[in-house]
Amino acid sequence: MKVLVPIKRVVDYNVKIRVKSDNSGVELSNIKMSMNPFDEIAVEEAIRLKEAGTVSEIIVISIGPQQAQETIRTALAMGADRGILIKTDELVEPLNVAKLIKGVSEEENPEIIILGKQAIDDDSNQTGQMLAALLGWSQGTFASELKFSDGKINVIREIDGGLQTIDIKLPSIITTDLRLNEPRYASLPNIMKAKKKPIDEKSPEDYNIQISPMLEILKVSEPAQREAGIKVETVEELVDKLKNEAGVI
Amino acid sequence: MKLSEEQIAFYDMAKDFASKKMAPNAGRWDEEKIFPVDTLRELAELGFGGIYVNPDLGGSGLSRLDSSLIFEALSHGCTSTAAFLSIHNMANWMIDSFGSAELKESIVPDLCTMKKIASYCLTEAGAGSDAGNLKTKAIKNGDYYIVNGTKSFISGGGSSDVYVTMVRTGDKSSSGISTLMIEKDSPGISFGAQEKKMGWNSQPTAQVIFEDCKVPVKNLLGNEGDGFKIAMKGLDGGRLNIAACSLGTAQSAFERAVEYVGDREQFGKKIQDFQSIQFKLADMATELEASRLMLRSAAIKVDENTPDKTKCAAMAKRFVTDLSFKIVNEALQIHGGYGYLKDYPLERNLRDVRVHQILEGTNEIMKVIISREILKENK
Ligand SMILES: Cc1cc2nc3c(=O)[nH]c(=O)nc-3n(C[C@H](O)[C@H](O)[C@H](O)COP(=O)(O)OP(=O)(O)OC[C@H]3O[C@@H](n4cnc5c(N)ncnc54)[C@H](O)[C@@H]3O)c2cc1C
Repeated sequence: MKVLVPIKRVVDYNVKIRVKSDNSGVELSNIKMSMNPFDEIAVEEAIRLKEAGTVSEIIVISIGPQQAQETIRTALAMGADRGILIKTDELVEPLNVAKLIKGVSEEENPEIIILGKQAIDDDSNQTGQMLAALLGWSQGTFASELKFSDGKINVIREIDGGLQTIDIKLPSIITTDLRLNEPRYASLPNIMKAKKKPIDEKSPEDYNIQISPMLEILKVSEPAQREAGIKVETVEELVDKLKNEAGVI
Repeated sequence: MKLSEEQIAFYDMAKDFASKKMAPNAGRWDEEKIFPVDTLRELAELGFGGIYVNPDLGGSGLSRLDSSLIFEALSHGCTSTAAFLSIHNMANWMIDSFGSAELKESIVPDLCTMKKIASYCLTEAGAGSDAGNLKTKAIKNGDYYIVNGTKSFISGGGSSDVYVTMVRTGDKSSSGISTLMIEKDSPGISFGAQEKKMGWNSQPTAQVIFEDCKVPVKNLLGNEGDGFKIAMKGLDGGRLNIAACSLGTAQSAFERAVEYVGDREQFGKKIQDFQSIQFKLADMATELEASRLMLRSAAIKVDENTPDKTKCAAMAKRFVTDLSFKIVNEALQIHGGYGYLKDYPLERNLRDVRVHQILEGTNEIMKVIISREILKENK
C-alpha cells in the first residue's frame, strides 16, 4: 500500500511575521522557510506506518516554487521514499492544490493520503476535505490517533470539547492534528542519503490544471495592538464595566 | 561563503535540536552541575557521536567544515554540552583514524552511539602549554603497558568509559610520546575529585590517575612515538570545534542583545536609538562575520589537508574565541544589570566561553604556533 503526503513550504514558525509596507501580503524576502509543522506530523505518521509494515512506499508532493524542493528533501531525509515537485510561482489556493493532488493520486494510486490539517501561513483548513470530496474517499480529519485493521482505519479525532472515534473505510484522507505524534529529526547520515532519493519535477499543466487564483486579496494588515488593562477598585465597578463598557453581561 | 543544501540542513537540524532540547535545560544543567548523558545519546542517535568518523563503523563521515557548522548550531542551545561533544568526537576520531582494525571494531560503534563516552588526556600538572614535556610513563611488559602518572583537567574524567591518553614510552623528546586507549575499568585507574569551575558545568572535569595501570598493547594508536603527532592532529580539528562553540554562543548572545535594545527604554526612548548602542551592535555583527569566515576557511584547509592548516586552525581558534568572548561581554553590557543576573543566559554564556581561550592550547600558545609556522615558511 502506498501513502501520499502533500507538504507545503511556509514561513518558519519561529519567524516574526512582518506585513509588507503596501499591505499586499507578508514579507517573504530573506526569510527562513521550512516545512509546515502539521505536514511534518503527516510525514512522521507515514514513516511510522512504514516502519510498522502497514505501508510500503511514501511519496511526498510539494506544490510551489523551485525552493519547495528543499522541503521535499527534508521529508526524504526524515524517511520518505521519493518526491514530486509541482512547480509554480503562483499563489496556491486549497482547491487548486486539491485538484493537483487528485491528479497525482490518479497516477500513483495510493490508498491513503495524509495531509496537515492546515498550513500555518493561510490557515485555510480546506485542502484535505476538498480532496476527499473530489476523490470520493472517506475522511478522518484532525486525527490524533490512527489504528489500522483490515481495510479500515480507526481514527480518533480532536473536536471541540473532546475526542471522537470513527471507523473509516480505505481509501482515505487523513488530516493531522498536533497530538498525533512528535516528528523525528532527520539524522546527519539520512540528510546525506536524501540527496540520492529521486524527485520528479512536474508542472500544473501536466495535470491539466490552471493555477489561477479564485480569491482576490484586498488587504493584509497587522493585528491590532493589545492595549494595557486597568485595575478596578470594587466588584461593583467590575460588573458595571462588564455591562456597560464591554457589553458582555 | 556558500553552503550546500545539505550543510544548511545539518545546521538547521542541529539548531532546532539545540533550541528545543538543550536551551530550555542549559541553565539547570549549569546550576545543578548535571552532565546530560541522555541528551548526548539522543544527539548520537542523530549521528553527532562520530561526526567525522567512518560510516562503516557507525560514524556520519562528514567534513570539518560540516562539523564547524554543527558545533556553531549546537552551542546556541548549551555551550558547555556542545563543547563536551566536540571532545568526545575528537577522541572517537583519533581511535577511528589511528587504532588497529580490531581495536576500532571493538569500540568505535559504541562511541558513535555514545553508549560509551570518550575523553582526551594530554595535560598534566607540570605539562600544560608545554604538553610535549609530559611525564606519564608507559612501560611495555609482554602484552601490556604498565602506565604510571596523573592527567589533570580531564573533561569527562570519572564519567567517560574510554580515555585516549598521551604517555611517554621513549625518550624525553616529543617523539618519545605514544597514544593509548585506556578503558575505565582497567586495573590501576582512579579519578580525582570533581573540579569546581567558573563555567563548563554541564560536564565533569577531574584528574585521571594511573597507578601500575595495565593496558593491552593492542590499545596503542598508531606506532610507538607517534603520540604527539596524533595528539596535535586531533587538536587541529578540536580547535575548530571549540572556536565554533564560541561563535554560536556569541551569535546567540548578539541576537538576544538586538532583541533587548528594541524593548528596553531609558531617557524616554528605546536604547537602540542611542548611537553608542548602535555602534556596539555594528562592531559585534562585523566581528561575528569575520569570525565565521575565518573559521570556515580554516575548516576547509583542514579538510583539504593544506600545508598551512595548523597555522590557520590556530589563527581561527585564537581570533574566534577572543572575539566571541568580547561579543558575549558586550551583549551582557547591553543588558545592564539584568545581564548579570542568572535570569538571562548571558552570564552563563560568558563563563562558558571564557575557558575556550585557555584550553586546547591557550591563545598565547596559538600565537606561538602561528609565529613558528610563519618563520618556518620564511626559511
Ligand atoms: C575546564 C577545563 C577542561 C579541560 N579539559 C582538558 C581535557 O579534556 N584534556 C586535556 O588534556 N586538557 C584539558 N584541559 C587543560 C588545558 O588544555 C590546559 O589548562 C591548557 O593547555 C593550559 O595549560 P596550564 O593550565 O598548565 O597553563 P600553563 O601552561 O601553566 O600557562 C599559564 C600561562 O602562561 C602562558 N604561557 C605558557 N607558555 C607560554 C609560552 N611559551 N609563551 C607565551 N605564553 C605562555 C599561558 O598562555 C598561560 O597564560 C582543560 C582545562 C580546563 C580549564
